[in-house]
Amino acid sequence: MKVLNKKNIITLIIVSVIYAVVQALLASGIISSFYEITIATICINIILAVSLNLVTGFTGQFSLGHAGFMSIGAYACALINLKMNSTAGFLVGIAAGAGAAALVGILIGIPTLRLKGDYLAIATLGMAEIIRVIFLNMDDITNGAAGLNGIPRFTSWLWLFVFTVFTLVIINNFVKSSQGRACISIREDEIAAESMGINTTKYKVMAFAIGAFFAGIGGALYSSYFYFISPTIFGFQKSIDILVIVVFGGMGSITGSVIAAILLAVITTMLQSYSELRMIIYAALLIAIMIFRPQGLMGTKEVTDLFKFRRKDAKVE
Amino acid sequence: MDQLLQQIVNGISLGSIYALIALGYTMVYGIIKLINFAHGDVYMVGAYVGFFVTTYTGLGFIPALIISMAACAVLGMTIEKVAYKPLRNSSRIAVLITAIGVSLLLEYIMMYFVGAKVKSYPNLLSGNVFKIGKIIIKTQQIYIVLTALVLMVILQYVVNKTKVGKAMRAVSADKDAAQLMGIKVDSTISFTFAIGSALAGAGGVLVGVYYNSIDPLMGMMPGLKAFVAAVFGGIGSIPGAMIGGLSIGMLETLVSGYGNSMYRDAAVFAFLILILILKPSGLLGKNTKEKV
Amino acid sequence: MKKKMFLSLLSLVLIMGLLVGCGNGGGADNSNNKGEDGIKVGINYELTGGVASYGQSSVDGIMMAFDEINAAGGINGKQIIPVKIDNKSESAEATSVATKLMTQEGVVLALGPATSGNFMAIVPVAQQNKTPILSSSSTADVGVTTDKEGKVYDYAFRLCFNDSFQGVTMANFALNNLDAKKAVIIKDTSSDYGKGLAENFKATFENAGGQIVAEEGYVKNDKDFNAVLTGIKGKDFDVIFIPGYYEEAGLIIKQARDLEMDVPILGADGFDAPELLDLAGEEALNNVYYSNHYSSLDEDPLVKDFIAKYNEKYNTEPNAFNALGYDLGRWAADAIKRAGSEDTAAITKALAETKGFEGVTGTFDMDENHNPVKSIVVIGLENGVQATSVKVDPK
Repeated sequence: MKVLNKKNIITLIIVSVIYAVVQALLASGIISSFYEITIATICINIILAVSLNLVTGFTGQFSLGHAGFMSIGAYACALINLKMNSTAGFLVGIAAGAGAAALVGILIGIPTLRLKGDYLAIATLGMAEIIRVIFLNMDDITNGAAGLNGIPRFTSWLWLFVFTVFTLVIINNFVKSSQGRACISIREDEIAAESMGINTTKYKVMAFAIGAFFAGIGGALYSSYFYFISPTIFGFQKSIDILVIVVFGGMGSITGSVIAAILLAVITTMLQSYSELRMIIYAALLIAIMIFRPQGLMGTKEVTDLFKFRRKDAKVE
Repeated sequence: MDQLLQQIVNGISLGSIYALIALGYTMVYGIIKLINFAHGDVYMVGAYVGFFVTTYTGLGFIPALIISMAACAVLGMTIEKVAYKPLRNSSRIAVLITAIGVSLLLEYIMMYFVGAKVKSYPNLLSGNVFKIGKIIIKTQQIYIVLTALVLMVILQYVVNKTKVGKAMRAVSADKDAAQLMGIKVDSTISFTFAIGSALAGAGGVLVGVYYNSIDPLMGMMPGLKAFVAAVFGGIGSIPGAMIGGLSIGMLETLVSGYGNSMYRDAAVFAFLILILILKPSGLLGKNTKEKV
Repeated sequence: MKKKMFLSLLSLVLIMGLLVGCGNGGGADNSNNKGEDGIKVGINYELTGGVASYGQSSVDGIMMAFDEINAAGGINGKQIIPVKIDNKSESAEATSVATKLMTQEGVVLALGPATSGNFMAIVPVAQQNKTPILSSSSTADVGVTTDKEGKVYDYAFRLCFNDSFQGVTMANFALNNLDAKKAVIIKDTSSDYGKGLAENFKATFENAGGQIVAEEGYVKNDKDFNAVLTGIKGKDFDVIFIPGYYEEAGLIIKQARDLEMDVPILGADGFDAPELLDLAGEEALNNVYYSNHYSSLDEDPLVKDFIAKYNEKYNTEPNAFNALGYDLGRWAADAIKRAGSEDTAAITKALAETKGFEGVTGTFDMDENHNPVKSIVVIGLENGVQATSVKVDPK
């Protein structure tokens, strides 16, 4: 299959246009530094949401500990960056953070992924808490509760964009591959998948590790943008924030996560003055979505499916 | 030796509170297979109800306890009707996410109305202490353990010797069959929630009186630890919840006292993961095979 | 059906975008209003979230100061316009709020956040936008007003003493006033405040030949300390030092006394709150000493006035955060007044040149590291009330 087929060229053009437009807006100052923060938050949240979606939405493994992997990426990158204050240091930090997160993902995944549903959720929550407590007490390295400050900022629109696209491309390709289909089959009916000869443990751990990898990237980008990290940032609250985006967008839809990340960031920015109500609205939103529209915005559909549908209709007539 | 005995006293009183909360978890899970994430927050609401009753109406401990239990029972039933019932046929993930939503909602609504600062209870039970040799036991601690025991005994009686209890056990075993037998499944489930929440409310008031400090986020950690307790004792088993609660209380106390107090919470979670991997049905739980 | 869904989705996104755009445009207009209607001062504090109680207390104090100043005619005739935005106790949000205040609202200076961590997160924003930021409670030794190499940040200032000052003071108090040779530390591991204080106390105590017999920890919101206390009970020590805040310290003191541990208990300004008495009870608050900015026994009319006014306005005794917030508000106004203009460079200069500013929390000069040089008070509690106070001057 040719790489440079029509679909990929169109995608490439759209991607380049988006990059160029936003870059121009930023450089000219039409998008102020305040809204730049919103864009950074959106990109990081897209990476986190899509990676969680892979684990929870596509493979059906309910993980409440995503923030733990994010924190591994964040601390690894921050520590390396503080020692090597350069773009090279930044990139090494991202690689190290993502790698470390993936490794921890495999280590945690192998024993816990045999659990199902609710138990897995609590086990992953417990794991994230354990990671957080460890970081809190590793005073010499992580500075404990005081956190790491003065982290040099290397995360720019360029890197945010590159890594967001990277994440979307890899995860999209994974989902459409045979390994991805194995994961989806696990979500649909694990026992049936097992009896069809799919090594469910292998694919569950694989999805978990990949999810952790990209969460690590997200965490690294976060630490290099917001100057300061401490263990409290990566608590249960953060895992819930990411989960809300995934649920809102639709568990099993990459496009859904992207749209939800954008919408929720916009809503949060608008509600900045009403922060006391924000969390109440979030919680009510979560309940309402689950009761009235559990498939979220996009269900398991992608935006490309909508285009496919139209062509199919035309042919059927 | 004295220190160990004192630590055992500490562990038992802490564990009794976890047991009260764990009872609610285990009952709800037994009947509709849901981890009610919001349970820890019902406990928190119970503590606040007790606070308002004692501070603004000057009633004593027992009336406050009863009012709080009643209020929490109502709260539990409302949550079930509004948030969990519509999802009875949905996927487990959907219900779990809704439970998380309810938990957050309770926490933040409470924060919105009473503020984030801690509040302290007026002096209710006497602060007297007993001394057995060098071991110090406060009367409040005795109250906690006694209340927990009494409530558990009442609960065991209700579940095993009354008709309602029989209905609860039936719905637990097989919901559809129970319905075919003429059992009103909806009211049974509501009743289960009511009892579980009432117990959590009682726990909240006891904690408020004993520790003298309540805040809107007080339900999170104890809620999670009580869940660990319920799992350890065998989820679905009432004596199991009691044993589990006491065990987790002891574990936490011993880790704090003899090990490293800074890893105390992590130790409880590590213990959970260990149980889930080694014996997920817990001590007294039943091994259920998954049917295809 | 699918087409409709897609279109409605698209239109939703577009409407959102428009709204955001309008918000942006509206914001941009505001920034040019500097000077016409009043002086805009940013307030970037934790009003919700984990440490909301400290942020809310600080803002209560600040607003009382601003209300007073505005009622008396404002600064050089112009009213203060406070722009208050909540940072939800999150450092990333603090950065976002600081950026909004400085770039869109056009504030001349910004107050807060309360915690050191959140303050450190906005230092780069202040440096970039050349707008001064002031803190009333960020006590970390490194990173708040100076960087790791000790170089001062031009635009960061603080009103409170650092952890080292309080930690050192309490260690010296233990060694000299209480003749302590062995100490136990029960620290708040979940806050930078507790961590910083513990480190400084330990270093000073051990340097002078003292011995730290045990170092235990707890996290915020913990209620049961019996296990930890029972664990150390058998050991031999002269004092217990609790670097942490009143919510937990009050409980620790009560539970320690219940376990018949009668040694002196020491703390820092985190103890200062009326809730300490509610949580611990009168009987337990005996033989308790903590460092603070002022004492209610203080004869200074400024202090007496403040306590009376605070009681009248909020119906409760003030705590350290309220007092610090009050002073922060007054100090900010004073600097703007001395600068004589709303030019941020002039205000920054006025802040750095502060001399003899009389605050409730002490009279101070600003030193070259943007830290205040002021005395500290060590308060002794008996039966729940302040009975003694010892003033310690800065070296």
